[in-house]
Amino acid sequence: MNQRITIDPITRLEGHGKIEIFLDEQGEVANTYFQIPELRGFERFCVGRPVEDMPILVNRICGVCPEAHHMAAAKAADAVYHVTIPSAARKLRELLYSAFYFTDHTTHFYALGGPDFILGPDSPVAERNILGVIHKVGLEIAGKVIQARKYGHSVVEMIGGRKVHPCTSIPGGMTKGITEEQRREIEAMGHWAVDFAQFSLKLFNDIVMGNPAYIEMVLGDAYSHHTYSIGTVDGNNKVNFYDGQVSVVDPEGKRIGKYAGAEYMDWIAERVEPWTYLKFPYLKKIGWKGFVDGKDSGVYMATPLSRLNASDGMATPRAQEEYERFFTALGGKPVHQRLAIHWARLVELLYAAERWVELATDPEITSDKFHTVPTEKPTEGVGIVEAPRGTLTHHYWTDERGVVTKVNLIVGTTNNYAPISMSVNKAARSLIHNGTIITEGLLNRIEMAFRAYDPCFGCATHSLPGQMPLQLNIYNARGEVVDVLRQYC
Amino acid sequence: MTTNAKPKFAMYWASSCGGCEIAVLNIHEKLLEVDEAFEVVFWPVAMDAKVKDVEALPDQSITLTLFNGGMRTAENAEMAHLMRRKSQILVAFGSCACEGCIPGLANLSSIQSMLDYNYSGSPTTENPQDIRPQTNWEAPEGKLHLPALFSVLQTLDQVVPVDYFMPGCPPESKQIAAVIDLVVQALHGQGTLPGRGATIGAGLSTVCDECPRTRNAKQIHKFMRVQNVQEIDPALCLLEQGIPCNGPATRSGCGALCPNASAQCAGCYGPAEGVIDYGARLMSAFASVIDSNDPVEIGHILDGIPDPAGQFYRFNLAKSLLRASKQAWIGYDGRQEDK
Repeated sequence: MNQRITIDPITRLEGHGKIEIFLDEQGEVANTYFQIPELRGFERFCVGRPVEDMPILVNRICGVCPEAHHMAAAKAADAVYHVTIPSAARKLRELLYSAFYFTDHTTHFYALGGPDFILGPDSPVAERNILGVIHKVGLEIAGKVIQARKYGHSVVEMIGGRKVHPCTSIPGGMTKGITEEQRREIEAMGHWAVDFAQFSLKLFNDIVMGNPAYIEMVLGDAYSHHTYSIGTVDGNNKVNFYDGQVSVVDPEGKRIGKYAGAEYMDWIAERVEPWTYLKFPYLKKIGWKGFVDGKDSGVYMATPLSRLNASDGMATPRAQEEYERFFTALGGKPVHQRLAIHWARLVELLYAAERWVELATDPEITSDKFHTVPTEKPTEGVGIVEAPRGTLTHHYWTDERGVVTKVNLIVGTTNNYAPISMSVNKAARSLIHNGTIITEGLLNRIEMAFRAYDPCFGCATHSLPGQMPLQLNIYNARGEVVDVLRQYC
Repeated sequence: MTTNAKPKFAMYWASSCGGCEIAVLNIHEKLLEVDEAFEVVFWPVAMDAKVKDVEALPDQSITLTLFNGGMRTAENAEMAHLMRRKSQILVAFGSCACEGCIPGLANLSSIQSMLDYNYSGSPTTENPQDIRPQTNWEAPEGKLHLPALFSVLQTLDQVVPVDYFMPGCPPESKQIAAVIDLVVQALHGQGTLPGRGATIGAGLSTVCDECPRTRNAKQIHKFMRVQNVQEIDPALCLLEQGIPCNGPATRSGCGALCPNASAQCAGCYGPAEGVIDYGARLMSAFASVIDSNDPVEIGHILDGIPDPAGQFYRFNLAKSLLRASKQAWIGYDGRQEDK
């Protein structure tokens, strides 16, 4: 009879996540299972809805990153009608999206991922949260973090109509534009955002890369997985969040191809397991070989790190400098150490802020040509964007009235379901030996294994004090609880 | 657990998207007042989960619980019962808990068709052995359990008694702040709470009443799909422009955010005060602006609304008089039974 350890985080990815760790007779880890115990069925119940409703319906997949679903849905709906949206509409959407990215990445770094580095992974639990960060770095910085959230949400509301669940993207473009007064306000906030992103990178460099113990942790093997990387790139193979082709690179860093949205089915397939409601996407051309690393395994990651791995650089000057610094410091492309996702996220933070300013100063951004009435018969369309947590794919089929007849979704974090499961497994195997439990450290190091991905089951955890809430029950061979470990905030 | 004289506060999410939590976080510095006025005993977004700690609390010991999310799984319902038992004031917070929200549209079809599509029908799913998630699964190393999915998604008050309803998808942050003020004042004896069962954090009239667009009370001759409108007039009532807008049946409280952005009111604040069935009220409102007595012409006008079920019950199906289709109740499509 095996021993069992249950970690029940009661947090979400379209519901709640749970980890089961089984020990063998010797007390070594036999296996781990990361379960997602919920299915809401958007793909089924969106059938029958008019396609112009999709951008507001799919927002409700995730209230933390509704902007990503809103954009993917709008792009898919444009494609259904074979309509090219006006240049100004495209820029408005990308501007909204850049501001959203800025807010999202900021809150992850300061509230969720940052505390492990700024305070250290072994710092007292009671301090290892955003409040501890404030104590360490000062109230002034805390005020900046709040300001960053407010600014991002302000831009989202100005262009998208609402702070949560935007409503202005429709097939053919937008329902509204912005005024010159709004543009000036957005531009001013954008300059502030660039400064803040540079400050955040400096903070990371000083605290993490200036500390040999951290460098060892980041570069060590415990948090490393040699998988494929994917990410959307523009025509120059630079990272792009809103549009482009999805670049796929192998574990050695060689680009094996790029696909446009409409070709995603040639590249991605999903596997079903009987012990979880969520499916496991993998690279179809490589195939599913189980939860394993390597070139023969179709497991891939879709994160800020994989976007940097899959691209040739950043499209803005300051972010490009940081991109180069990143790969120089970490020994060249590709980087497989999962903790480097945190640094990659900050490189993207700077890109998002720079892009925000570029778009806010584009003369076309206040144009009143923000919508094109579709004239083609609606059929089928794919919309792909880079959600902060991975490539997001929406695919709709409609009848001749533009009423949805079929939907397929491959959602941000879902891409990473297999690698997150593997990271949890590896962390458990490296930390649990012969029944020896490293109590609080075990919890936090397992947490760090999946916190790096910024998984959406914790994504609402983004914005406030706290770490992934965890509870770990240890059962003896008779199924009795012999110990309970909890992570307190 | 620390002992504390302050009233206890909890917030929990069942089947939901996390947007309600974001809306609460967007009250910004007001959160410090929550911290000041309450002892936060349970709030997975902000602190350790501690379900066992909630179980250990005396019944009725949590003063205020904001509960968001719908009842999709048995686990969701278990948590609803737990929080009801432990709470003095249980608030159905947000559209999912109040009326099912968008995920409630799942009640139009059977759970079987949802599972069939997700695990077999979807074009990227590779599942030659037709594997399905199992509520109890014997893995080589031991047993694994998944909560059962309900055949019909339910609202919070369909599972446990609810004291107050706070609508919106999500509730607007300024309304959340106002409700917190109200409760804090009541706790200090400086105000009274509304009668049990009331809707809080929202208005009593309709979105139309807070919409700045001009209404000329004109009749309409056709409904337009929004993408087919040449240029949306920024100042004129959307419904009068032929764009189906749910404002006439929807409760006020959001400040007409979507119509202000030239987008239809999607109906997320739920039925206006006194309305029993949202869809019936909205159909009646739409019917009253159709300028025709000719059945054929009326038919053509209504063709402009290609999805009546989704239009009229977008956020409200689980709480409507219908609640769910026959297929949803029995869990199978007719087709499936014939197989």
